[in-house]
Amino acid sequence: MSMTKDTILEVRDLKTYFPTRTGLFKAVDGVSFELKRGKTLCVVGESGSGKSVTARSILQIVDRPGRIEGGSVLLTRADGSTTDLAKLDPRGRAIRDVRGKEIAMIFQEPMSSLSPVHRIGTQIGEALRIHFGTPKHEQRERVLELLRQVEIPRPESAIDRYTFEFSGGMRQRVMIAMALACNPSVLIADEPTTALDVTTQAEILDLIKKLQQSHGMAVLFITHDMGVVAEIADEVLVMYRGKVRERGPVEQIFHAPQDDYTRRLIGSVVKLEKKAEVRLARPAIPAGTPPLLDVRNLSLTFPSGLKAVDDVSLTVRPGETLGIVGESGSGKTTMGRCLLRIYDAQAGAIDYRRPDGQTVDIRTADKAALEKIRREVRMIFQDPVGSLSPRKTVGQIIAEPLKIAGMKGRELNDRVADLMQQVGLEPTWRERYPHAFSGGQRQRIGIARAIALNPRLIIADEATSALDVSLRSQMLDLMMKLQDKLGLSYVFISHDMSVIRYMCDRVAVMYRGKIVEVGDTDQVVNNPAHDYTRALLSAIPHPDPRNRRIHTRFRYDAGRTLSANG
Amino acid sequence: MTDITSLPPETAASLDLHGRDMAVAGQWRLFWLKFKKHKIALASLVVIVFMYLVAAFADFIAPFDPNATNSRFTYAPPQGLSLMLSGSFQPHVNQLKMTLNTESMRREFTPDPTKPISVSFFVPAQQPYYVLGLIPMQTKLFGLTNPKPGDSMYIFGADRLGRDIFSRVVHGAKISLSIGLVGVFVSLILGVAIGGISGFFGGWIDLAIQRFIELLRSIPTIPLWMGFAAAIPVGWPPLRTYFVITLIVSLIGWTSLAREVRGKFLSLRNEDFVTAARLDGMSEIGIIFHHLVPSFISHIIATLTLAIPSMILAETALSFLGIGLQPPIVSWGVLLQEAQNIRAVAQAPWLLFTPAAAIVISVLSLNFLGDGLRDAADPYEAVS
Repeated sequence: MSMTKDTILEVRDLKTYFPTRTGLFKAVDGVSFELKRGKTLCVVGESGSGKSVTARSILQIVDRPGRIEGGSVLLTRADGSTTDLAKLDPRGRAIRDVRGKEIAMIFQEPMSSLSPVHRIGTQIGEALRIHFGTPKHEQRERVLELLRQVEIPRPESAIDRYTFEFSGGMRQRVMIAMALACNPSVLIADEPTTALDVTTQAEILDLIKKLQQSHGMAVLFITHDMGVVAEIADEVLVMYRGKVRERGPVEQIFHAPQDDYTRRLIGSVVKLEKKAEVRLARPAIPAGTPPLLDVRNLSLTFPSGLKAVDDVSLTVRPGETLGIVGESGSGKTTMGRCLLRIYDAQAGAIDYRRPDGQTVDIRTADKAALEKIRREVRMIFQDPVGSLSPRKTVGQIIAEPLKIAGMKGRELNDRVADLMQQVGLEPTWRERYPHAFSGGQRQRIGIARAIALNPRLIIADEATSALDVSLRSQMLDLMMKLQDKLGLSYVFISHDMSVIRYMCDRVAVMYRGKIVEVGDTDQVVNNPAHDYTRALLSAIPHPDPRNRRIHTRFRYDAGRTLSANG
Repeated sequence: MTDITSLPPETAASLDLHGRDMAVAGQWRLFWLKFKKHKIALASLVVIVFMYLVAAFADFIAPFDPNATNSRFTYAPPQGLSLMLSGSFQPHVNQLKMTLNTESMRREFTPDPTKPISVSFFVPAQQPYYVLGLIPMQTKLFGLTNPKPGDSMYIFGADRLGRDIFSRVVHGAKISLSIGLVGVFVSLILGVAIGGISGFFGGWIDLAIQRFIELLRSIPTIPLWMGFAAAIPVGWPPLRTYFVITLIVSLIGWTSLAREVRGKFLSLRNEDFVTAARLDGMSEIGIIFHHLVPSFISHIIATLTLAIPSMILAETALSFLGIGLQPPIVSWGVLLQEAQNIRAVAQAPWLLFTPAAAIVISVLSLNFLGDGLRDAADPYEAVS
């Protein structure tokens, strides 16, 4: 055995299977790795690669009907004793003693992993009570100390609050405090920052790193984000369909990958680090062209009093892609929906230039005009599952706008087949239902539906954020191909700076309902004028372990405490 | 586009165990596949289908007229139906020998094995009748081969007038099971219409309808029913009473359905695919019939199935209290009402247990069936 003194956890040939209707699904199929004291191992892979099941198998909390079929998970304690966790009874005393005390875990969704009916002090204290039987007053002291460690402001009052009173980043800090309560020797973090904004993510990554150094923990960090891997990993395990494709030091994985799949994964990440070649080659759109869409002073206040869109002005020129970037809650989605009158903005103008040169204000357009405009301005949705009716075949979904526009019979059939081909789907799949398609394919169906009526402008709301990174660039390439072919303009809404940089000509940065900066993408990315843009850009993990930079990032503080945000 | 071709297509997993293509499986195929996994619900479905068949062909299955009295056999106990007689297949019952117990002044019946009465299938009926009210028939499913005076066949015993309980329970199924269906149908129309209006228009209409539903639901049901039932004129023909009782029991039933429909409307209206249809230029009516209704129709079926047993119980409760259906109509509730005295329970428990068993079995099966349907109602949760 390759055990050294520093190895805390050794996983050998772990196999976890799920019996399903279609046969045995091998979620984890012969995975081996070691965790060393004070080191971080990142498990990386796309959705369905088995990385989360691997982590859950270690603590024997795999969801039914999954079960561990073979392999060993050897935990070595400080006193030299060793236990094979895979052999323990999943409901037994022995494994419960390990959970939380020796191996702690934090989850992706901090809202659902914390109980909303208990105060955070009680929740954190529970681990102490279960494992050490700490008396109440000592518990409180210890919990306060933990809250201080995870940098929650004013721990004395925070300890008696409920989880829903905290922001996402704060909840994740509470979760971390809970995990640290018993001084575990191993911390398993299952996508702990995926649900968080990029600036909050940077804070949490910082915190985990700091705590790891002070506690000497081994960290098993599961993520799909290669940027995060590059920022924090010592070692990397690349998984694909339940198997380990490559394992090695972070430097090797990024700069000398051995495996084809790893190379492709790194390739698709690096590709998004610069502007797309087709866009670099394209001549710039003349600045004098009359805009296709001219939004002036658009405002929308929700009945709750929240100013979701606050005096927004922007223009989209024909053939151009305008990126809207911002964090969750910045109002970018609401703004996009106002452009199509899904929401009614209360003030401002949305002047849209019809093909005949007339301009119409979408905000005040009547029903008949709006119907015409909605054939020329289309939308691509974020969620490839929710935006396609599960009860219609793909052919019916794509045909729907055409049918309403009056197309029938053979012409309709041919058009649907043609559209499917344009977005890279087999026309013979038209009888299939959406559940038979993967996320990327479903998003292609959504694109086909959007371009069916030969639109002039498409509003793409987070069109790639539900997709794995290797599919992201494909989707963007497809959208750019269609743009050049059909002369489309895009309003591309995203929280992800890399996809904006890859395809957008110009970008508008939104922050709390306002546009804080607009400019050519290159200029905004390389030379941001507004402090918020700088903070946003510097918090993005950079997929190069030789150039770790989020620790030296720029922090933006607009009249709020930094900690309140994350 | 190179990556997608190098990865195996995800549709590889789209074939199920029997090699059928799940990729082209529509809503109802997935619904059935999921429902099939619920074994109790599947068994209940068989039981329910069987019971409704019995109800539909009650005149053919019941050997006797449910209202035919026989003073010789008051409170006769169940006669066991034996299939074999002296080594050969010959279904028969043993003749009942009646003695009068002079101490307790009660008739006592004892089966006499020496006098078998032959029973056979497809015997001629005593008088012609119509199955389902349409098809004239001269034959019963089974009965006495050569009926003679003094012969009897009370499989589940007889009541105080010597009427055959088995025939009465079979005939009672006609009324008791159909009142659930008709009641649910009325609820369906009211619930979908009112719930749909409430969810679609929103605003003050929604507010008014919801408060009205709450008001209705806050009234204790039994007194409400009793009030309505007491208002039915005694002189009305039985059929009209039956329909009015149906209306009364469905008066409360529609409220939960209306809420369900409204909730589905509200949650589906904000789905992206509905927004997409609106952006495609589809009219609101088109959206309702193309997108909203297909999405919640399976939920409605499940809710309806769960509503039938409560209708059956409501009828039973009303009739038991003597304010629902009245003799000569035969329903399970009416049968239970006749077993309402201590003498019946002590001396002729079959009066109580036979209709009670019919009610319990049908209500349980309908509940299990409804559970299975509800679990299968959204087949996309597990598939996607």
